[in-house]
Amino acid sequence: MTPATRTRRVALAGNPNTGKTTIFNQLTGHRGRVGNYAGVTVERKTAPIRSMTHPAELIDLPGMYSISARSPDEMVAVDVLLGNRREDPEPPDVLLIVADASNLERNLFLATQLMEAGIPFALLLNMTDVAAANGIGLDADKLSGRIGAPVFPVVGNRGEGIEPVRRWLDREALPSSAPAPPVEFPAAFDEALALLVEKAAALDLPSPDRSPFLLRRALLETGGMAERRLVRDGGGPMEEALGEARAHLAGAGINPVTLEAKARYTSIRSLLADVLTRPRERRETTSDRIDRYLLHPVLGLAVFLAVMLVVFQMIYSWSAPAMDGIETAFGLLGQWVEGVMPEGPLTSFLTGGVIAGVGGVLVFLPQILALFLFISILEDCGYMARAAFLADRLFSRLGMSGRSFIPLLSSFACAIPGIMATRTIGDPRSRLATMMLAPLMSCSARLPVYTLMIAAFVPPATVGGVLNLQGIVLLLMYLVGPAVAVVMALIFRKTLFKGPKPTFLMELPPYRLPLPRVVGGRLVDRAGAFVKKAGTVILAVSLLVWAATYYPRPDDVAAQVGAAYAESIEAAPNEQEAAALEAERDQAIASAYVRQSFLGRAGHFIEPAVAPLGWDWRIGMAVVASFPAREVVVATLGVIFESDGDEGSADLQGKLQSAQWEDGRPLFTLPVAFSIMVFFALCAQCAATLAVIGRETNSWRWPVFSFAYMTALAWIGAFITYQLLRLFLG
Amino acid sequence: MAANLSELKKGERGIVHDLSGEAELIQRLLELGLTDGEEVEVLRFAPLGDPIEIRIRGYNLSLRRHEARAVLLEPTP
Repeated sequence: MTPATRTRRVALAGNPNTGKTTIFNQLTGHRGRVGNYAGVTVERKTAPIRSMTHPAELIDLPGMYSISARSPDEMVAVDVLLGNRREDPEPPDVLLIVADASNLERNLFLATQLMEAGIPFALLLNMTDVAAANGIGLDADKLSGRIGAPVFPVVGNRGEGIEPVRRWLDREALPSSAPAPPVEFPAAFDEALALLVEKAAALDLPSPDRSPFLLRRALLETGGMAERRLVRDGGGPMEEALGEARAHLAGAGINPVTLEAKARYTSIRSLLADVLTRPRERRETTSDRIDRYLLHPVLGLAVFLAVMLVVFQMIYSWSAPAMDGIETAFGLLGQWVEGVMPEGPLTSFLTGGVIAGVGGVLVFLPQILALFLFISILEDCGYMARAAFLADRLFSRLGMSGRSFIPLLSSFACAIPGIMATRTIGDPRSRLATMMLAPLMSCSARLPVYTLMIAAFVPPATVGGVLNLQGIVLLLMYLVGPAVAVVMALIFRKTLFKGPKPTFLMELPPYRLPLPRVVGGRLVDRAGAFVKKAGTVILAVSLLVWAATYYPRPDDVAAQVGAAYAESIEAAPNEQEAAALEAERDQAIASAYVRQSFLGRAGHFIEPAVAPLGWDWRIGMAVVASFPAREVVVATLGVIFESDGDEGSADLQGKLQSAQWEDGRPLFTLPVAFSIMVFFALCAQCAATLAVIGRETNSWRWPVFSFAYMTALAWIGAFITYQLLRLFLG
Repeated sequence: MAANLSELKKGERGIVHDLSGEAELIQRLLELGLTDGEEVEVLRFAPLGDPIEIRIRGYNLSLRRHEARAVLLEPTP
């Protein structure tokens, strides 16, 4: 064995849809470790390359079309190549550039940009089988001679051609310098760049800033990220140097906007002359044939609706048994702990806090897994782009794109996977807008609230002979969220996400079969990220709310309530009745404790704020207690109104129907029931959703904003509902 | 005769002559290969008429009519 040498660092880069992930898996033998680059939501994936004599680590760069750093993905990629990130403090030793062999011309745009980074590289032509099937001929040796670096034809999904790449990376010595970049720029550009490099060398700059690669990017992208960083670090003298270099370009009559693309695509043409041969008449590919049906104006829409129906069913119904199973299991676990442990704070902490909290995190997993299984398959096979193409028109006016459709649709089942699914939206403003609107879709956690209120207060009358009034009300509740979301989208577009209409330029990649290993790997990553990051927040909030409902706990409350029952229990004619009375007493004690808990006091405190909605302090408190999750309100109402039933129980419904204000008026009237439902339709009472927004945006501002604006909406909506209904119903 | 890409009908082809519009849009269109002299073909429209799917440099790209208007075509004889 060779003495311990430094691990070789290999970066993998390429366009989206080039099968980069597949090649990553083939080279490393497993999925790799997924983390985030500090401060941005760009994934950092690394793994050791398998069976190497010289240990090497593979770093997967985000897929992109150009390194003109506009998005966080592209900025991270440039920084990794410069060795300018905390996670990657040195430039990689070698760069593997992946290009789609069936779409080589456009792929070489990014590839030639990467070849200018000054890092030794090899070019991997992936999916050569598809290219061959399309009648495209490729001469890898000739191309290799022209770019001065190895070119490997590979078929990533079958693992063909991977071994030579691995052997090349495992050679005794890696190339120490990059070949001369293949793209010819006009002489004036090279002069301007030389001038800029010279000036920068004389300035006191951090070393990555002196890199000719960064200076080249600054010169090519007017007003881009590279320029901003250089000016930030180099100040006035740097600005001056850039101005001089630009003046030199202008003097030679060069248009800086078109310069790069023209030079690159012209050079790419000559690089590919006699290397790439296309059939004289373009053959209809399998993808073209599939698209004739899937993008057909009628048939295509039918398939689209069918696919969406399956997605929805999958997260809404198919994951229900698993969710019920998890809930039941945690319920049983709680009961068991209650049974074997003495009554007291520790038991309550375990059952009401820890077990309920962990259960509350894990219960979302089936939906997250179901949705991501589907999204992964749709994304990898190429249909996701088609779905976005078909649906785009509906969203473009709202400042979003067709990419928002699936995240919003999934949010009808649960906003958590929906928000996690916004990762497929490229434009950051559209992505944020979608995240802000997703929690307004009527998720399944609202259903228990609607069920309880409708069953208790809406008469099961028939309207127009066929329609059930309860059903109509339920449908209305489902429509409230989306209707408000449309209005909010328009408002956001004019305020928060103001700016030019986001562009929608999207490749429709060829269809291909998704690889189970790639899909499975992504599922595990997503689930792990949710449990680790969002899970801790959800658990913490659950514990906090538990403590606020449990404490303070003076002994005399139980004694007082107990004393009131003691006589009648004593006097009970038989054991059955005594047992019933004891159960009633225990509920009364639980209720008394909750009323005087910190949360109960909070309920009194906020009563003035919820009075205009028709609520008393008890409803207000139940709503506050449901901050961890909306459906918790049902259980809290149960505790407060001394019933242990769920939303379907006649006992709880009866208790609510007979609840009164202190002066004897009924508490829950039809306007109050509606005001509660509308509040829950619009509020952000879901710690898990807020935690996921925090994780996905990498900031606390967005979850705080979501909570604030949705709570305001919910209050206003409930206020209008209550006051209007009171007016009409008297 | 179509002056820009948004005016082509399904199945029609044109040659890119120039791009006009915001610098960022132009830059992105250029990066994706819509340089002058290139042939574009309109493959289809989405069911609601927008966006458009085109073929350029051997691959399929979708863009909205608004963006297609930025792609000026060479006058055909």
